[in-house]
Amino acid sequence: MLRDPVRRALYEYVVAQGHEVGRDEAARAAGVGRTLAAFHLDKLVEAGLLVSGFRHLTGRTGPGSGRPAKVYRRSAVEHQVTVPPRDYRTLALVLAEAVDVLGGEDAAQGAARRVGERAKAGDLREALTERGYAPYDEGGVTRLRNCPFHVLAEERPVLVCSLNLALCQGLLAAVGEREVTARIDPRPGECCVSFSKNNDH
Amino acid sequence: MHLAQLNVARMLAPKDSPELAGFIAGLEPVNAISDSAPGFVWRLKGGDGPTDTVQHDHGDMLLINFSVWESREALWDFVYRTVHLDYLRRRREWFERMAEPYSVMWWIPAGHIPALDEGMARLERLRAHGPTPDAFTFKDFHEPPLPEAGGREVATAEAGDGAGVLTEKLLVTYEGMEPE
Repeated sequence: MLRDPVRRALYEYVVAQGHEVGRDEAARAAGVGRTLAAFHLDKLVEAGLLVSGFRHLTGRTGPGSGRPAKVYRRSAVEHQVTVPPRDYRTLALVLAEAVDVLGGEDAAQGAARRVGERAKAGDLREALTERGYAPYDEGGVTRLRNCPFHVLAEERPVLVCSLNLALCQGLLAAVGEREVTARIDPRPGECCVSFSKNNDH
Repeated sequence: MHLAQLNVARMLAPKDSPELAGFIAGLEPVNAISDSAPGFVWRLKGGDGPTDTVQHDHGDMLLINFSVWESREALWDFVYRTVHLDYLRRRREWFERMAEPYSVMWWIPAGHIPALDEGMARLERLRAHGPTPDAFTFKDFHEPPLPEAGGREVATAEAGDGAGVLTEKLLVTYEGMEPE
């Protein structure tokens, strides 16, 4: 579904935005014509990767405001494809339960940090993007639009978010970023970690 | 229906000790977030001071949180999607590890202000019987009962030899309907 480079570029653009995206905006971002963009966007909706709706993009409503435009955003449905089938989720839940039973939160956080420290990336942004966090800037703070561990974080929020913070601290060390601190800063629908300059909050 | 929740925590040191200072410092900001959170209905306060905690007769080292919310999502978003999560993450710095359940939820009619004994009885019920529609957790969540005609007895909560009066009969009635 995402093998076509234009389709993939459109998908990646739409899911990286914090707002619903119209056809014109998506076409500009992908550098293609509006008709081709519309074709691929609707294919992505058919496949369940995006959802669509209609909205007045001009902010005007009522008579004279014209036809509402078709807009697209990320589907809340999670898709996981592995060939051949693999089930890392169940194993992760088993291990999470073992951490609970053993009272091993500190050891698990240490392990998460070490995994982060082994990352190979040019800078923090690249490290986060490669891991699917969908980072974005908001007033000098780097926030994360996507939680890569969402299903597990719903099952075991405190453990998984603690491990995620430790992993992010490891990533900071891996890219040699000493001026930035990772902290727990959750919002509904986003990842639990944000990054800000030291002594800046 | 509204969602009531109660949780307890056993402190590692007295409330006014340096060991607990980091936690106590968070009470005012976290309570402020709770009280203005979407879907927040009520919480039991220990007094008018920003660091007053719920008063009870279950021992000086026990902290109790007791609140009511409009929905599971509202409670979830406060507990796990605000800075409150950071205090949960750091809980081992201040509180003992508990082998038995320390948090319980149950549905109440909108407008009902539950008593502390009612909440403690629900926790005892969860500890004794595991999650049921009358006392459950986020992990084993139960949807609210469907309204039926007239009043309906939903639960008889009993507890053994624990402290306090922990036997009660709860009668739930729905808005606009007379109790039996």
